[in-house]
This record gives sequence, C-alpha cells and structure tokens, in this order.
Amino acid sequence: MDVNTDLAMWSNQLIISAMIVYAVAMIFYAFDLFGGRELKQTETGAASAAKPSNVRRTNRKTTTALLDPPQTEASTVPTTGSGKDKPRRGARIGTSLLILAGVLHVAAVLTRALSVMRVPWGNMMEYVLTATAITVIVFLIVNVKKDIRYLGTIVAGGVLLCLGLAITVFYTPAAKLMPALDSYWIAIHVPIAILSTALLYISAILAVFQILKAAHENKDPKWLRFMRRMPASIDLERFSYTIAAVGFITWTFTLIAGAIWAEVAWSRYWGWDSKEIWTFVVWVIYAAYLHARATRGWGPTKVAVLNLIGIATVIFNFTVVNMYFNGLHSYSGLS
Amino acid sequence: MAKKTTDKKAGSSKAAVTLPQLGFIGMCRWAWRQLTTMRVALILLLVLAMAAIPGSLLPQRIQDPGRVNTFLESNGAWGQFLDTIQMFDVYSSIWFSSVYLLLMVSLIGCVIPRSAQHWKAMRSAPPKAPKRLGRMPGYETFTSASGSSESREAADQNFLDTAQARLKKLGYRTVRNTDHVAAERGYLRETGNLVFHIALLVATLTMAIGSLFGYEGQRILVEGDTFTNSLVAYDSFDPGTYYDADNLPDFRLKLDDFDATFDDQAPGSQFGQPRTFDAEVTTTADGTSEKHTLRVNEPVRVGGAGVYLTGNGYAPEVTVKDAKGQVVQSGPQVFIPDGGDPGYTSEGVIKVPDSAGAQMGFVGVFLPTATQNENGELVSSFAGPRNPYLVMSGYTGDLGLDDGTPQSVYTIDAENMTEMTDSSGNPLLIQLTEGETQQLPDGGSVTFDGIKRYIAVDISQDPTQGLMLASAIAVLLGLGLSLFIPRRRMWVRIKDGQAEVAALARGEDPMVERATKDLAKNLTEEWANDSEGRAAGHRIAGDRAAGDRAAGETND
Ligand code: HEM
Repeated sequence: MDVNTDLAMWSNQLIISAMIVYAVAMIFYAFDLFGGRELKQTETGAASAAKPSNVRRTNRKTTTALLDPPQTEASTVPTTGSGKDKPRRGARIGTSLLILAGVLHVAAVLTRALSVMRVPWGNMMEYVLTATAITVIVFLIVNVKKDIRYLGTIVAGGVLLCLGLAITVFYTPAAKLMPALDSYWIAIHVPIAILSTALLYISAILAVFQILKAAHENKDPKWLRFMRRMPASIDLERFSYTIAAVGFITWTFTLIAGAIWAEVAWSRYWGWDSKEIWTFVVWVIYAAYLHARATRGWGPTKVAVLNLIGIATVIFNFTVVNMYFNGLHSYSGLS
Repeated sequence: MAKKTTDKKAGSSKAAVTLPQLGFIGMCRWAWRQLTTMRVALILLLVLAMAAIPGSLLPQRIQDPGRVNTFLESNGAWGQFLDTIQMFDVYSSIWFSSVYLLLMVSLIGCVIPRSAQHWKAMRSAPPKAPKRLGRMPGYETFTSASGSSESREAADQNFLDTAQARLKKLGYRTVRNTDHVAAERGYLRETGNLVFHIALLVATLTMAIGSLFGYEGQRILVEGDTFTNSLVAYDSFDPGTYYDADNLPDFRLKLDDFDATFDDQAPGSQFGQPRTFDAEVTTTADGTSEKHTLRVNEPVRVGGAGVYLTGNGYAPEVTVKDAKGQVVQSGPQVFIPDGGDPGYTSEGVIKVPDSAGAQMGFVGVFLPTATQNENGELVSSFAGPRNPYLVMSGYTGDLGLDDGTPQSVYTIDAENMTEMTDSSGNPLLIQLTEGETQQLPDGGSVTFDGIKRYIAVDISQDPTQGLMLASAIAVLLGLGLSLFIPRRRMWVRIKDGQAEVAALARGEDPMVERATKDLAKNLTEEWANDSEGRAAGHRIAGDRAAGDRAAGETND
C-alpha cells in the first residue's frame, strides 16, 4: 500500500544520527551546567532586578556576581556573558550542536511523513519522534527571547532518552493510518497535544530547577553548588508558570478538540474512556496548579511539586494508558 | 469545648476564632465561607483528579458491562465490595458526584461575589495614587523642569495632559487628579476569568442535561438491510431519563454496500491493520433519499440524529435443510469478530427453530483467511476474505426459545440439546469453504453459500451539543483572556517639574517594569519635543490634550 520504504529507512538513519549529535550536545551542556563560569544575575530578566529584596546569599566568595545593576531593556536579549566574562563556551557549542541535531531530527520527521504521505503522528513511535522535535524547537525559540540554556542538559538528555525508546520499545514500521485515525481532526487535536506536552515538559524542568535553587538559597548544601549560577528561584518559578499557563491553554484546546473528534468518531463527546479520564486528570491537576499559585499558604516549592505531579500524569497518560489500559484509544501501533 | 477554647491564652487565639459557639445557622455560614475559599476549591480540585482515576483502572458499566461481570465473577467478595462502593460506576457514584457538586457550589459561591465586585470595579474610576510611589514594582522618576517658575504650574498640568492622552492611547482608563493621573487597564482579565468559570459551570450542567434528554441506540445492518427508525428496530436502546421515544426522528437507512481494506504490504505489527471502512448507505427522510458514504470519522446526520459507524464484520450466508430436504434456514448470519484478533476470527451461531425433526443449533467460527499455524491449528491470518472457512458443530434438541426468557441471538444454550455425531460416534465437525455443502447425520444438510458484510452503527441524539460547544469555546476564550491580559495600574505624578511614573501589576504581569520604562521614556521624549517646539506647536498640543481630558472625564 504505497509506502516509500526507502524514505522510511532514511528516516530511521536520521534518527540515529540526530541521537548521536544530541548525546554530544548534552555533554557540552553538562559542562556548562556543572562547571564553568558564574551566570550573571542579569540573565534572569528584568522582573526581579528592581526589587531590593533580590540580593540573595550565594556562595560566599561570589556574592558580587549577583549585584549587577538592573538591566536596561536591551539586555533581555540573550546575554551570553556580558563582555568581560568568559563566554559560556560549553553552552554555545551545546546550542550549536542542538540546532544541528534538531535539523537532522526534523528531517527524520519529514522523511517519515513523506514515506507514508500523511501526518507523522499515527502511532506512539511517530508521536514521540514529533513531540521530541517540537520540544527542541520550543526550547530553541524560547532561548531567543530568554537565555534558558541551563536547561539544555535535561532537554537534550530527555530527547535522547525518548528517541531511544522510540526506535526500540515503541518502534512501529511506516504504514498508512487506520480508519479510526483517518480524519482531519488528527491534524488539529494531536499536534496541539504534542505542543502542550513539550511546553509542560519544559515548565516541569524549570520547576525542578526552581526547587533545587530554592534549596540552594536556603541551605546551600555542597551538592547544589552548581545551582549558584542559576537565576533566582522566584524568576525560575515565574517562568515555569508562564510556560505552564500557555501549556494549560493548549491542553484545554486539546481536550476540547478531542471531545469534538470523539463525537464524530464514537457518537458521544465524552464517555470516560481511559484516555479521556487521564486527559481530564491532567487538566484538573494543572488547574489546581494555577489555583495553588493564587492561594495563600501555598509556597512556591509546594506549587512546583504540583507542577511535577502534573507532568507525571502527562507522561503516565502517554505511556501506561496507551500501552496497558483498555480503551478506544488503542492505536499505539504496538501489539 | 467552648470552655476549652475560651480558656486558651492569647497565643492560641486562632483556634478560638475559628471555633466560637456557633448555632446551626452559624455553622452553615461557616461551612459556606470555608467552601468558597480558594484553599478548599483547590483541595476539591485535587480530590476530583484522584476520584477520577479508579474509573480507568477498573472496568466501568457505562463502557463495558460484560467486562464488569467477568471481573465480578473472578473476584468474589473483593469484587462485591468494590461494587458496593460503586467502583464500577465511578462517574455516577455518590462520592464522585459529591466532589464535583461541591466544586460547583464552591464555584457559584465564588463567582457571584466576584462578578458583583467586578461589575462595580468596571464602573468606578481608577484609584488615586498612593503616597509613596517609589514602592511600586515599576517605578521611574525624572525631571521635566523647564521654563520659568511662574509657568511651572501650567507646565506640570500640561505634562499631565500629555501623560493622560498617552495612557488613554495605550488602552488605559484614566482619571485626572490634581497632581497626578491614575490609570488602570486589563479589566478584561477578570472578565475573562469570570467567563471561564461560568462557562465551566454551564458546561457541567449541559453535560448532565444532555444525558437526560438524548438517547443512544445500536443496530447491526447486513448489506441490503434497511433500518426504519423506531424503538423495535434497535438491537439496544438507551434513552435518557426524560427522553420521549415518541419523538424519534422519522427516517430510514439502507446499507447498500460495505467495503473494507486491510494492509497487506506493511511489515510487522502493521500488517493486516485496517485501512478503510466505507459503508455506502441511502437515507430517506421527508420523502427524499440521499446517498452517503458512512465512515468511522464521518457520521451521517439525518433527522436530527447522528449515525456513526462503530463496527463491522462478516455474515456468512448459510442454508440449512432438514431431513425432508426443506429449506428451514437461509440467509446471512452475523458472526462477531474477536476484538483482539487482527485476523477477524469471528464467532457466531445459527438457530433453526422450525424443522421437520427436533430444533437445531449450530455454533461455530468463521475464518476470513484460514491458515494452519505452526501447531497445526486453524487460524485466520488476515482480515480480508482470502480463504474463507466456516467451522461449526451442530446440536439438536430444545433451543429454549419458547419459554419466553430473552436470550442473546449470538449464543446458544446447549443445556437441553445433544451434539450431533458423525457415523463413528465422534462429535460432528462441519467444515465448509464457500459454496460447499455438508450432509447432516439425520439427512439434512448445511451449505455455505457466500459472504456478506455487516456494519454496527450507533444512532444517537443529543440536543445539547450546540450549547456544549458554545460553552467550550467560552471556556477557552475566557481562559486566554484571564491568563494573558495584563491587569495593571499606573500613576503619573508631577510636582515642581519632578515627574514620577509607577505601575502596579494585579495578577501575573511580567511586563510591569517594561511598561513603566516605556512610558517614562515616551514622556521624556515628548517633553523634550514639546520644549523645543514650544513657541510653535505648544498651544496646539495643549489644546488637544485638554480636549482629551474633557473626554476622559465623561467616558467610561
Ligand atoms: C471546577 C472548578 C474550577 C476550575 C477547573 C478552575 C480553574 C481555574 C483556572 C484554570 C484558573 C486560572 C486562570 C488564572 O490563573 O487566571 C482559575 C483561576 C481562578 N479561580 Fe478557579 N477554578 C475552579 C473553581 C474555582 C472556585 C470554586 C473558586 C473560588 C473559590 C475559584 C477561584 C479562582 C480565582 C480567584 C482565580 C484567579 C486566580 C489568579 O488570579 O491566578 N475557582 N481557576
């Protein structure tokens, strides 16, 4: 049934190549994260700079690094160490490699799509392949507005892990869609779900760093020394929130679009199918997360934990629910 | 208890405050106040998330009552216990319902006062500047002094005119006070938030109502069959509590042809996967007939109802003759595919109640593409009909149709029947390829004439779908406004040429400082231009600003 197997093979080759480059990118990012120079407070963006309370205790020797004057507007553009400092070479190389890997990765997605002449998210393997590509793209785009290269290690590492799963556990040969998926709704519902997942994932990494940074600010244990180069935890919190808020809206859209599709396909817009249940659970958890932020008595760390519970449900929804639960959404492509 | 709390010292006065001696009304009021706090709403949300989970772990009656029964049979007392606490009807259970109902009540209790407050806020002027603007998260100060001291007062007022005009252009609502302009923007944020919460309420209510006034039914149609929409024509029918079956829309639906294709090219797990299901149907309503292609994602809408393709399978055409050679049964028999088998191995029965001898029944398996597997067993290796094969055993005796207890058309209760045997006394095995006939021991015969396909359709009506869609869109729009419209207050004050610009975010607003700086910069520039062009342009600019001010006081 006209599948271009050559292209599909090319796609697999490109995935492997991208994985190799991701691995190297991850190593360079890790050098940047765990070694290297001080990250300047200025890189945290303008938000906190003006507050007098913003002077935080850091490693004894390096308090001055945080006392830079508030930035002017121009410096919200990525600050790659402002002049005097050693450039963050590790991060630079990491980003260049990440871009290269991203190009290979996108090429892998496109060849896969072309090999079957349809959207590249018809089964779990393709979903992972595309979702990881989108994650890298979102990460790079956000980086243009704001330097978040300190997340690079985990972004590259996470993508690497997911691609590894995609070509082993989730591997599915290229083929046409089954009738249940053959609808234009797949071009609306699924990419938005993918985008949501990418956003919520990045938000969750920020939440992890926020928790670590808060611990660093309070107790400064030795093993958290690498956190001294991070932006202040309130800035990480705010940024994590902003991304999660966008992710929540796109997730809401995913849910609504899914319900409309369900009406078309299964005669009812909501039927508590296991996938629907977990999409709902994810949605409610993130609604709770947004609420918690506005609720007195919920400190930033506690709120961040809700964010992490949120991403855990997202991952559960994708893996366990797809593979082990009975339901109508049985199109993982695995058997 | 009252004694205990009043005895406490000042340090624990908190307990004394929360638990004073309350009458019944007081208790209610206390409970209401608690219920409508964000804290409780948050806890209820978390509980709701957890309460929804069991429904994905255990089979649910709304989806698959059969699996619930299997679970109950194999789990004894534990299953009984789970059933008692409604674990198989999670989403209509008392505990799940109470969580979301409490949440709804909490939401109402929250939304009403907030709407009232917002209504007032929208109609009142932005509040005056606090004394010390320097404490605001956004703050800029600069000197705009110029000109002689006698004109300073006028210059200050002029500056404020310009500032007010500028703020208004930026979408702020402004009010002019003696030494400052107060401005506020982003009322839509709260409006959006309220729209979001109210739309959620409406959506939940709509969902409840929809299930009361709609219906859903199932029907299997073999190629050539015509369905006339009426209660008796359904294989199963599930009306909402208030659904009036007299209102069933009047239409007919004929299955002209069904075509399925399966992947015979792809390797591995994708081999044999279905690729297309196309049902050609003719609908007749109000005297007009139309042809449609019914597909999985393309329901046919007729007479206010939707017809959805939910399943398909094979109906082998079988002719049974009795000992006298009379045709006692003929036509397609629906065989149900085993859901997990990509090869469409299907099970079915043939009941022959009227024959010359005893009643007959046949139980069997249909294999679209019969193949021997490595163990020598017959299996179906492909879903398409490449080597169709029918394997059955026969029974004679009493089918149990006459005692009035309803029974499934897809199973035979062989309790009062005896299995047919071949000449050597072994159970008779009927094996037929298309066109073949096999003799029965009593002289009758079974012929496998051919294959028809059938489809399973859901037919349903939900009068509230439009409302649901509207509330879903409102949820999304409200959410977008509420998360991304910055709500911000700004003040521009000037005293003796010393200008201050300050901003306060209400809710999340990463741009608050940026906005302050932009405004300050803009005003400095304008001031500079203004001073240069004082001789020529000043009057005109001043007049414009004054005009704006007049307008500003009356609008909003
Ligand atoms: C069905 C239950 C509810 C859901 C799903 C829900 C969801 C949400 C969401 C997603 C937001 C985020 C929008 C934003 O941050 O501006 C929000 C905000 C808010 N909700 Fe709810 N909510 C629910 C019930 C309630 C209840 C019962 C209350 C009152 C006690 C409430 C009060 C608020 C308030 C005050 C905000 C604004 C918080 C802020 O400024 O960030 N909500 N709600």
